[in-house]
Amino acid sequence: MTKIPQDLRYTRDHEWIRIDGASGVMGITDYAQHAMGDIVYVELPEVGRQVKAGEDFIVVESVKGANDVFSPVSGKVAEVNEDLDGAPELLNEDPYANWLVKLEPSDPKEMDSLLDPAAYAKLVEELEAENE
Amino acid sequence: MKRTPMYEQHVAAGGRMVDFGGWELPVQYESSGIKAEHLNVRSKAGLFDVSHMGEITVEGPDAGKWISKLVTNDITVMKDFQVQYNIMCTESGGVVDDLLVYRYSPEKYLLVVNAANVEKDWDWFSTHLPADGVIIENISMKTAEAALQGPAAEAILAKVCSIDVQAMKFFTFTDSATVGSIPAIVSRTGYTGEDGFEIYVPWEKGPELWDLLLEAGKEHGILPIGLGARDSLRFEAGLPLCGHEYTDTIGPLEAGFGFFVKVDKAGGFIGQPVLKRQKEEGLKRKIVGLRLEDKGVPRSGMEAADESGRIVGTVTSGGYCPSLDANMALCCVETPTPGEGESLWVMIRDKAKKGTVVKRPFYDRKYKK
Repeated sequence: MTKIPQDLRYTRDHEWIRIDGASGVMGITDYAQHAMGDIVYVELPEVGRQVKAGEDFIVVESVKGANDVFSPVSGKVAEVNEDLDGAPELLNEDPYANWLVKLEPSDPKEMDSLLDPAAYAKLVEELEAENE
Repeated sequence: MKRTPMYEQHVAAGGRMVDFGGWELPVQYESSGIKAEHLNVRSKAGLFDVSHMGEITVEGPDAGKWISKLVTNDITVMKDFQVQYNIMCTESGGVVDDLLVYRYSPEKYLLVVNAANVEKDWDWFSTHLPADGVIIENISMKTAEAALQGPAAEAILAKVCSIDVQAMKFFTFTDSATVGSIPAIVSRTGYTGEDGFEIYVPWEKGPELWDLLLEAGKEHGILPIGLGARDSLRFEAGLPLCGHEYTDTIGPLEAGFGFFVKVDKAGGFIGQPVLKRQKEEGLKRKIVGLRLEDKGVPRSGMEAADESGRIVGTVTSGGYCPSLDANMALCCVETPTPGEGESLWVMIRDKAKKGTVVKRPFYDRKYKK
């Protein structure tokens, strides 16, 4: 079963984000890590970089190929998860505990356009049905 | 899309099916994944469905002479029931395909070609066919094939095969074996860098062969293996892939497989004058192996650069090698190429990532000679 925690918001590109006041933390979903397969390297952005919602700013490399990861919201990269540096497989093990980037969102209203857990679960269900 | 006879078994085993050159085949299985499958072949055994490969028979009094004109290696040294690796070149010295030549007798051969190239090869053969003395037949859709690979392959096959597999030499075959009760062609060949066998049976017997080998291999820890690990295994073992190390313009000498190119072969072959000249004048570019020291994963098509940032070539294959736990690349670069221990850079998303040139193959092959 694909795990979809209830306390997060999601994108159609399979990123998750949790906003807590002025800061957000984001990563890739269980569906994403499963589709990518064994993850071997994560290319994280520079701290301080300004990104727009939907901009590709992280690359997750798996044994199959390179996968772009898009920012769920606009803002500034505040912190990157250095733990992934020597242990990218952590993303396969638990993609929710092992976040990618902390962001300072610049436009709180953008959160409204993200998927809630129910809507994301429906999307995943449709994709899984297609792949059957 | 075309399906092999083992399609249902792949789906039932959790195969993640993808389009591979018009064939619906598993890239990996859900319960294992590419990395686990790769390591399982290196340490135990793996079973690959390679029924998509092309098989073409060549018969007639002039069969040997005709094949010799098309391929780079010297097939006149072959004995009956030997297998030989060959490359088929264009007039300009590029590559049409690489293939295995199985000799039954001086008048009968089996050619095993890449799945993606069956039609192209068939056209190439047909164009070059003499008026008489040679009959070719495409038996690809009548022939299922499984590759049993890994250190336990011999023990597994011995359980179910009628012949003495231990006595079988590397790159030989028999057409008088039965596996279970299935009549089969069995060769001691493969595409992983491990010891192993490739087994050809009638198309409709594919599922039976598959189940039989998985059952026999259970006690040895066998796993079914998808296309993902097939590629990472061959890459790590330094085996070329047509369309990557060989292309219309990258020939076999530049790719580093001159051992299989007999430029002075009697009777000549298509592409021989160009390859002979390349050899005499020296190669303008060559494929080298690279271990990436900086972080990143090199991929096919990326550019290779020298210290000054000048582009000197391209990556032909690249990726993570599970047995080495390193990111590696094969790069076709202009000569003089950097030597072992020297640096070469790969441009990954506009950033130059440093690597060290290392010997090929990356993984020492474990063939049983």
